[in-house]
Amino acid sequence: MNAPTSPAVSNPAGTADRAERITRIREAAYRIRRNALDMGEVQGQGYIGQALGVADVLAVVYTDQLRYRPEDPHWPDRDRFLLSIGHYAIALYAALAEAGTIPLEELETYGSDDSRLPMSAMASYTPGVEISGGSLGHGLPVATGMALGLRHQGNSARVFNLLSDGELDEGSTWEAAMACAHHGLDNVTAIVDVNALQADGPTAGVLRTEPVTDKWQAFGWHALRVDGNDVAALVDALDELRAHRGSPSVLICDTRIGRGVPLLETREKAHFMSVAEHEWQTARTQLEEGLAR
Amino acid sequence: MTSTTPRKKLTTSAMIASFADPGQRTTSAPFGHALNRLAEERPEIVGLSADLAKYTDMHVFRDAHPDRFFQMGMAEQSLLGAAAGMAEVGLVPFASTYSVFATRRAYDFLCLDIAEPNLNVNVVGGLPGLTTGYGPSHQATEDLAILRGCPNLTIVDPCDSVDIEQAVPALADAPGPTYLRLLRGAVPTVLDEYDYRFQLGKAAELRAGRDVVLISTGLMTMRALQAAARLEADSVDVAVLHVPTIKPLDTEAILRAARTDRLVVTLENHTVVGGLAESVASTLAFAGVGTRVVPIALPDEFLAAGALPTLHDRYGLSTDAVIAKVKAELGGGTHAPWAADPDPATA
Repeated sequence: MNAPTSPAVSNPAGTADRAERITRIREAAYRIRRNALDMGEVQGQGYIGQALGVADVLAVVYTDQLRYRPEDPHWPDRDRFLLSIGHYAIALYAALAEAGTIPLEELETYGSDDSRLPMSAMASYTPGVEISGGSLGHGLPVATGMALGLRHQGNSARVFNLLSDGELDEGSTWEAAMACAHHGLDNVTAIVDVNALQADGPTAGVLRTEPVTDKWQAFGWHALRVDGNDVAALVDALDELRAHRGSPSVLICDTRIGRGVPLLETREKAHFMSVAEHEWQTARTQLEEGLAR
Repeated sequence: MTSTTPRKKLTTSAMIASFADPGQRTTSAPFGHALNRLAEERPEIVGLSADLAKYTDMHVFRDAHPDRFFQMGMAEQSLLGAAAGMAEVGLVPFASTYSVFATRRAYDFLCLDIAEPNLNVNVVGGLPGLTTGYGPSHQATEDLAILRGCPNLTIVDPCDSVDIEQAVPALADAPGPTYLRLLRGAVPTVLDEYDYRFQLGKAAELRAGRDVVLISTGLMTMRALQAAARLEADSVDVAVLHVPTIKPLDTEAILRAARTDRLVVTLENHTVVGGLAESVASTLAFAGVGTRVVPIALPDEFLAAGALPTLHDRYGLSTDAVIAKVKAELGGGTHAPWAADPDPATA
């Protein structure tokens, strides 16, 4: 097989010059944000705030950590990336376009009738989407089974699961957290996007999930917490988790809704953010200015 | 009380009750042994349970293939989600728990993680319908009603050990998800006396008859056969159509059996809502067949705790109750299935 593989295979972590590596990821994060804004404009609304917040995490994962073949999304040895939070689909499509799994020009169909890119991510629709998320608390149980199965088969592929802090309300997440620890699934990496916001308001007011790190540690996980919009911190943390053995790992990422676009960063925090028609171009300009800084 | 003969006291007999009649031929743990045989041929077969391996006959597989059994703890959402994940990487899981937990508690996981992606996951539910005297917490009287609406899902309600032994490889061969209503422990062995083979999606006429046709599923086929034999002695000629696959339903066989002037009776170990009776009734109505259907099923209520034989009698599932119902229908003449039978609407 000589199919092209992702950077994690062709350029294993640590071999590239660190500064160059971080610059490359930041540029990818910029393009993911840019893709997300373009898709948001198609619908005039959407989970754009979350997409901008999680873009750095996805950039590190898809351009630096994950092993996959963009041309062969069913490659059996690929690392699996599960989007438990199906409503973050806009962010995942933006990342999959950056990864080369879906064509950039297809992004403009986002959320349209008969598009392969529905508003909530579903495996049956989109290449590179591993599960149908949306009903929260499903990703980690499925990741548990994939990881048990891959280990049983002697396959060294890893399983990543992106969940949100709001999703920690779901009991099934903790059922699976116990199972991963009990079975010593060190091929599982959970990533928790702590944006401190859920549908009915701030997480602290809806159902308090803190102290998040302590909870995961108490459940037997190797837990790290970083600024999820700091690419260098994300790279260092994920490199450490990659080397960890004996228990599952979780990276808790504090992210900022609307990150990279001051217009949206400063807007009143909303789970489902509306952006006026004239604001999209402003947002793109602000994003570009941020990259230049 | 002057008698000194102690009366035999019927008890709840908790979870390990068998519905086998005294002296009936049985087979021990047919599901577990069938899974073992299948596993020897197919390395991708794996087993999971949610702290109920011992009570779903999965322990037989666990003990024979410890490296292929995965204990998920008392966590049914995680059980079904993990089974989906295993199927996603190419394994063929059988995941066992009690029916009440697989359906009521973990339905979202069965529906979205297993059925929507159409994965080959085989969910095995113990204590279906009224097979425990433990009360509503463990009596899955509405599992078929919950699951029949789930797209892609194949649903099998076996009669006996023969059905189970033949269904297990068929369920693994079926590419999509399945739900098996498990009979466990000492399971009656009945169908080997008939010219019968389990075929997924197919009903089977076990005996012909001119007066009555009993359309039955699950363990009620055993009762239907017993009732038919006893009614024969009273010169009532009774046919039995066994419908082990509830979904997809063999509508052709049902229409063939019910386009008739015979008395049509359905029998199921399930509430009268949303199970076999309504499946048969809707099949007939959708085909424009006006035959009346007499349901023998559990009532639309939460059932009592107690000893199984008592409860089967009380709720109409015992062979005696089936015979009484059929005789009443044949002899009554003035049946009133609905309290109100309004005049037809006019233009």
